[in-house]
Amino acid sequence: MKGSKLLIDKLKENGVDTIFGYPGGVLLPFYDALCESDINHILVRHEQAAAHAADGYARASGRVGVCLATSGPGATNVTTGVATANMDSSPVVVLTGQVPTAAIGTDMFQEVDTIGITMPISKHNFQPRSPKRIAEDIDKAFYIASTGRPGPVVIDLPRNVLEEEIDISSLTINTDIPGYKPTKKGNLKQIKKAINVINQSKKPIIVAGGGAILSDCGKQLYEFAKLANIPIATTLMGKGIISEYDELSLGMIGMHGIQTTNRALTECDCLIAVGCRFSDRSVSNATKFAPNATIIQIDVDPAEIGKTIHVDIPIVGDAKITLEEFINQMDKTDNANWTKELIAKKRDNEENISYTQIPLKPQECIKEIMEAVTADTIVTTDVGQNQMWMAHYYKTRNPRTFISSGGLGTMGFGLPAAMGAQFAKPDANVLAICGDGGFAMVSQELATIKENDLPVVVCILNNRYLGMVAQLQKLFNDHVYATKLTATPDFVKLADAYGIEGQRVEKVGQLRESIENAFKSREATLIDVAIDREELLPIVPPGQSLDKMKMTFDEE
Amino acid sequence: MTNKHTISILVENKTGVLQRIAGLFTRRDFNIDNISVGKTSVENMSRITITTYGDDKTLEQIIKQLNKLIEVIKVREMKPDQTIRRQLALVKIHAPTEEDKSEIIQYTNIFRGKIADVTPKTITVEITGNPDKINALIDLLRPYGIKEMTKTGTTAITRGQKTL
Ligand SMILES: Cc1ncc(C[n+]2csc(CCOP(=O)(O)OP(=O)(O)O)c2C)c(N)n1
Repeated sequence: MKGSKLLIDKLKENGVDTIFGYPGGVLLPFYDALCESDINHILVRHEQAAAHAADGYARASGRVGVCLATSGPGATNVTTGVATANMDSSPVVVLTGQVPTAAIGTDMFQEVDTIGITMPISKHNFQPRSPKRIAEDIDKAFYIASTGRPGPVVIDLPRNVLEEEIDISSLTINTDIPGYKPTKKGNLKQIKKAINVINQSKKPIIVAGGGAILSDCGKQLYEFAKLANIPIATTLMGKGIISEYDELSLGMIGMHGIQTTNRALTECDCLIAVGCRFSDRSVSNATKFAPNATIIQIDVDPAEIGKTIHVDIPIVGDAKITLEEFINQMDKTDNANWTKELIAKKRDNEENISYTQIPLKPQECIKEIMEAVTADTIVTTDVGQNQMWMAHYYKTRNPRTFISSGGLGTMGFGLPAAMGAQFAKPDANVLAICGDGGFAMVSQELATIKENDLPVVVCILNNRYLGMVAQLQKLFNDHVYATKLTATPDFVKLADAYGIEGQRVEKVGQLRESIENAFKSREATLIDVAIDREELLPIVPPGQSLDKMKMTFDEE
Repeated sequence: MTNKHTISILVENKTGVLQRIAGLFTRRDFNIDNISVGKTSVENMSRITITTYGDDKTLEQIIKQLNKLIEVIKVREMKPDQTIRRQLALVKIHAPTEEDKSEIIQYTNIFRGKIADVTPKTITVEITGNPDKINALIDLLRPYGIKEMTKTGTTAITRGQKTL
C-alpha cells in the first residue's frame, strides 16, 4: 500500500470526515488517495482559512479539526492558524506537504523548515521520514491534539513518504509516549483543602475559562456552583459554560468585562478558577488581582498554575472529573447573601441598551442580534471592537456557541471559523460577526461558502475604520493614524459578485429582521451594517486593577 | 532571588529535541548558562543537563514548561549538596620560559589536571572536575596569559542510590 493510502486510512480511523485544504505539487500523491476515499475535502481559498476553519470545526464540535496545506508557502500561510489554535488550546491536526526526504535541506523549490517554524506555536509536531512512521505519527498526533490540554499538532509529510509502498502486514505501531501522561484526576487532599476554604469563605466567586469549555464540564460546574451557591463569572474563552441569562451568571471579567463583576473580583475572599489561565486581558494588573482571595486553581496543565498569579491551592486535573469529585465531597453550603447581593447589583447596573440613532450604535446591533438568535445559534466573532462588543453585551446560552480568537487575537478568524463550525454542525444557525477590517482579510472565503452551499450568515459591523486601534490611539496618544478604511468596497456588491445574498442595514429593527430572514432562508447571507464610530466602553486601562474601569473616555 | 540551578532532563532521543528545548528557553526568556547532552545507558534516551540562573518562580516555570514537551520524560532540579557536577576545560596558556612552565605544571598537578600539550611558547592543560575547581585553576593560570580556552557544559548526576 502507498504511504498516502495508509495516511487516509489512518485519518478515517481517527474519525476524520472533513479536511479543509489547499493543494500543491508535493501533495499530489495525497490527493490521489483522497479522491478515492469518502473524506470530504473542502477547498478553501487561502491556507490560513483552512486552519481557522478546522479550528472552528473543533471548537463547535469538540472533535479534532483537520486541515492541509502544501509545502513552502502553503505551510507558512497556515501558521497563523496554528498559532491561533495553540493560544486557545484548540484540538487541530495540521497536515503539511514537504519536499522529498532526500532533498530536505537543499533549498529545493518550495522547501521551508515547517518543523522549525511550527515548533514554538504548536503543541507538538512530527515529520515521518518513512512511510512506516505514518501510522504511528498520525495516531500520536490525534491523541496529543485531543487529550490533556488540547492543541494543534503539525504533521509534515515529505512527498516520497506519501508515494512509497509499504507492507502494512509487517507494520508495528507503538503509540506509547513515555513523556506524555496527562493527569486527569485532581488530587483528593487538595480538593478537600479547597472545600474547606470554600466552606469558610463569605464571598466566593468562580471564574471559568476556555479549559472549562474544552472539558465539557458545564453540568458539573453548575451543580457545584448550586451546591455552594457561588456565582460564576467567565473569561472570554469561558463564555457559554453556563447560560449568561442564568441567575448565577456574572458574565465576563477582564479588560472589557462587566463592571460589577470586576469589582466583585477585587472584593472576593475565595476565587475558584476552572480551566482559566489568568491571561493579562482577564486579570489586567496581576499584583492587584483578587487581592483578598484565597485562590484555588483547577487546570489540566500544571504549567498554568502559578504562571502569572500566585495560587494558594493548585489542583491539576481535568475540570469535569475534578468537579465531580468536588460534588461528591462537598456538603451544601450557603453564600446566599453575597451571591444575591452581587447578582442584584449586576442586574441593576446592566446597561440599558436602547438607541434609536442613525448610524446605528453597535450596542443596539448586539441587542438585535441577541433577539434574532436561539440558544443553539453558533456565533463566531472576528477581532477588534466588534469582538469585544459581542463579548460584553451578547449573552451566550450554551457552551461551544461563542467562538472567538482570544489568545492570539487573530483578525480574519471569524469568517473561516464560522465555515468550520457550520461543517461541524450542519443544522445549526451560524452567524459570523466581523469588523470591516477583519472581514476584508478573508473575504475570499465567500467563494468557499458559496461552493459548499453553507448557510453562514455574515454580519459586518462596518464603522469604516480599524476601530479598536483607532480607539487605542485616541485614548493613549491623542491622535488617529493609519486606521481609516477609505477604500473599503461595497460589501453588498462584493457578496453579489460571489453569488451571495447581500443586504445593507441602516435602521433600528432591520438587523434583527435581516438575521431572522437569513436564518429562515438557510442561504448564505452577508449583512453590511453601517454603524457609528463609537468607543468601546467600559474598559480597564492597561496596568490598572480590575475595579478601576473607565466608563467614559474623558472621566478623570 | 536569582540563583544558579542545575536541571537534568531525560528525553527521548529524537531529531529536534535539543532545538525544542533550546527554543523553549529562548521563547520564554529563560536563560541557559551552559548545556550538555549525551546518551544514557538506556537506548533511545538522552540526558540533557542545563545550568540556568533564575529565581524560584522562574525555576518552577522552567521545570513545568519542560515537562510539557512531549519528548521530555523526566525533569529534575539537581540539589547542589546531593549532586556530582563535572565539567571539562582545555586551557592553552602563554608559557615562554621554563619557570612559567614548571609553575603551571605544579598548579595543574595540585588540581589533578593533566598536561595535554607543550610547545616552546605554550602549554595546554586539561582539567575535569567541579566547575568551581576549574574556575579556581583558571584564575591561577590567568596571569600567565590565557591564549585560548574551551569548556564543555556541566554534566551532573545525583549522589547515592537515587536515580532520575
Ligand atoms: C492579523 C491581525 N492584524 C492586526 C491586528 C491588530 N488589530 C487588532 S483590532 C484591529 C482593528 C480591527 O478593525 P476592524 O476589523 O474594522 O474591527 P473593529 O475594531 O472596527 O470592530 C487591529 C488592526 C490583529 N489583531 N490581527
